[in-house]
Amino acid sequence: MSAHGLEPVRSTLGWLEERAGLGGAVAPVLEHPVPRSTASWWYVFGSATLALFMLQIATGICLALVYVPSADGAYQSLLYLNFQAPFGWFLRAVHFWGSNAMVAVMTLHMIQVFLWGAHKYPRELTWVVGVFLFLCTLGMAFTGQILRWDQDAYWGLGIGASIASRAPGVGDTLVHLLLGGPIIAGRTLSRFFAVHVFLVPGVLIGMIGLHLWLVLRIGINEWPMPGRVVTRDTYRQRYEEEVRKDGVSFFPYAARKDMVACGVVVLAVVLCALLFGPFGPHGVPDPTLIDTAPKPDFYFLALYALFALLPPWTETMVILVGPVLAIAALFLVPFLAGTGEKSWKRRPVAVLGVLVIVLTVATLAGLGVAVPWSPKMDAWTAAPTPVRYVQGRTPLELQGALVVQNKQCRTCHSLGGEGGKRGPALDGIATRQTRDQLIRQVLQGGGNMPAYGKNLSPAEVNALVAFMQTLRP
Amino acid sequence: MTPQSQSRRGFLFRLGIGLNVLGAALVGIPVVGYIFGPARRRTDGQSWITLGPIGGFPAGQTRLATYENPVRVPWDGATAKIACWVRHIEGERFQVFAVNCAHLGCPVRWFAQSRLFMCPCHGGAYYEDGSRASGPPPRGLFEYEYRVRDGALWVRGGQLPTLSRPV
Repeated sequence: MSAHGLEPVRSTLGWLEERAGLGGAVAPVLEHPVPRSTASWWYVFGSATLALFMLQIATGICLALVYVPSADGAYQSLLYLNFQAPFGWFLRAVHFWGSNAMVAVMTLHMIQVFLWGAHKYPRELTWVVGVFLFLCTLGMAFTGQILRWDQDAYWGLGIGASIASRAPGVGDTLVHLLLGGPIIAGRTLSRFFAVHVFLVPGVLIGMIGLHLWLVLRIGINEWPMPGRVVTRDTYRQRYEEEVRKDGVSFFPYAARKDMVACGVVVLAVVLCALLFGPFGPHGVPDPTLIDTAPKPDFYFLALYALFALLPPWTETMVILVGPVLAIAALFLVPFLAGTGEKSWKRRPVAVLGVLVIVLTVATLAGLGVAVPWSPKMDAWTAAPTPVRYVQGRTPLELQGALVVQNKQCRTCHSLGGEGGKRGPALDGIATRQTRDQLIRQVLQGGGNMPAYGKNLSPAEVNALVAFMQTLRP
Repeated sequence: MTPQSQSRRGFLFRLGIGLNVLGAALVGIPVVGYIFGPARRRTDGQSWITLGPIGGFPAGQTRLATYENPVRVPWDGATAKIACWVRHIEGERFQVFAVNCAHLGCPVRWFAQSRLFMCPCHGGAYYEDGSRASGPPPRGLFEYEYRVRDGALWVRGGQLPTLSRPV
């Protein structure tokens, strides 16, 4: 097209610019100089999180066009989205996988800025706002999981309410506030809808604005060099010098990698959506259908596992005080270690701390998937008795094998690898306990096993123990 | 600028602040009441609900019963229904348990063969009388108040049983 042909476009843009002045306002922001060292692949996670957030807003608005935020209609509207609304399944899938990706990429961003010392002077406030963003995003994840108004949502609320109820003095009030009434019902869903769709997103948008403003005002953290210690007197001057001497314009020099990363995460989400489709809704949210094993989405699996593994007497303390301490620690990080070495190569405690936290959370989440503490509810009817434990046994011992099955021992104890993992496997039990010990354990329980004294006849105990005495490698 | 016009401007400024504070209070107080209204205990509405004739619960057995939540709104849908475990001991002696585990509220299941309630979430177990058998629950199952009237079983319910407010 000739220069002449572009003239109408140019004059329209000129007309707009004269009135709105957007170009003049945005250009300095885009072109502000940043240290050359920040044009790194390690610095892309923040932009990628923002891209995912925008994806969540776009798909969230679309879903709200159809979703019915009412306890008697939500489930049906989700099925309608999945199976009837054009591309409804796709938008639900993108929103779900986008939320997973957002939590994951945001966590990477947080770890990266911490290891690169970006929380230190003068960026303490940026970190604090970032922690708020992190908590709000987890809040979005939990409330979003509730809007998927299925069995997991219903019982997830039960878990949330049970945790809130443990707060001394105000527990009951908190439960009522959370549920919007004395029980999980219609008012609860409306409440979570308002929080998920209006309240937290509003806060998030405001906070993201502040976060970005701080990044612009103070400048992107330069690549930390071992030995270049941060002090309050010299840091800003040195930073400005570095930018002046060896700075590049943010757009396009540093933004190129951000743009690639944004594209990659969005495409990854779309790919997951296409491959795996939408998540749920699972069982209908009917509280009288109790054959269900509620489980949270992945971001809360570690907590879910922790609740099973904590010694009961520590639980209320840990549940109530733990999160407060953890959140307080996050907020305090830049104030406790606001100056000094920035490079992770000179901060062994910081690196070790990150490693310990990541490994702990990952291990707990892995256990949350495997749920070794959960009784295997159908093992007594579904798990076969291994042939080698039946062959050559006396009638009394065979009777005992039936007791193991019929009295549902295998809900918690496995045989030949099948059954619950709550208690020890019964294979080889004869090598670990004597006849008297076995009788005592069955009758009186203990060590986290219920007592079966009232529930087994002497003949049944006799047969059961006779069978268990044959269980050796 | 005359002193008169200055004092008028000062008055207008103060009036502007005053009117806005008044407006914020007139809107804000009801908003706070609206949001925190559900936290007031008065709205609990615990009431007696029938679970049907006692013939539906054979002596010596534990069965699942359901009732409609007395405090409900028309759009509750299926969540208006609540389940509970009814153990008929003998005669007019019953125990009625909430399905919610005392640990974190998941629904416990009854296993008649081992005479245990078991929770799928974190493995809590209870004996048939609702007392804690093993696992993380800090106490036994939550038990409803009940009465038998005109051959029917009634329980007092209407709220989520939790540690701070056991039924």
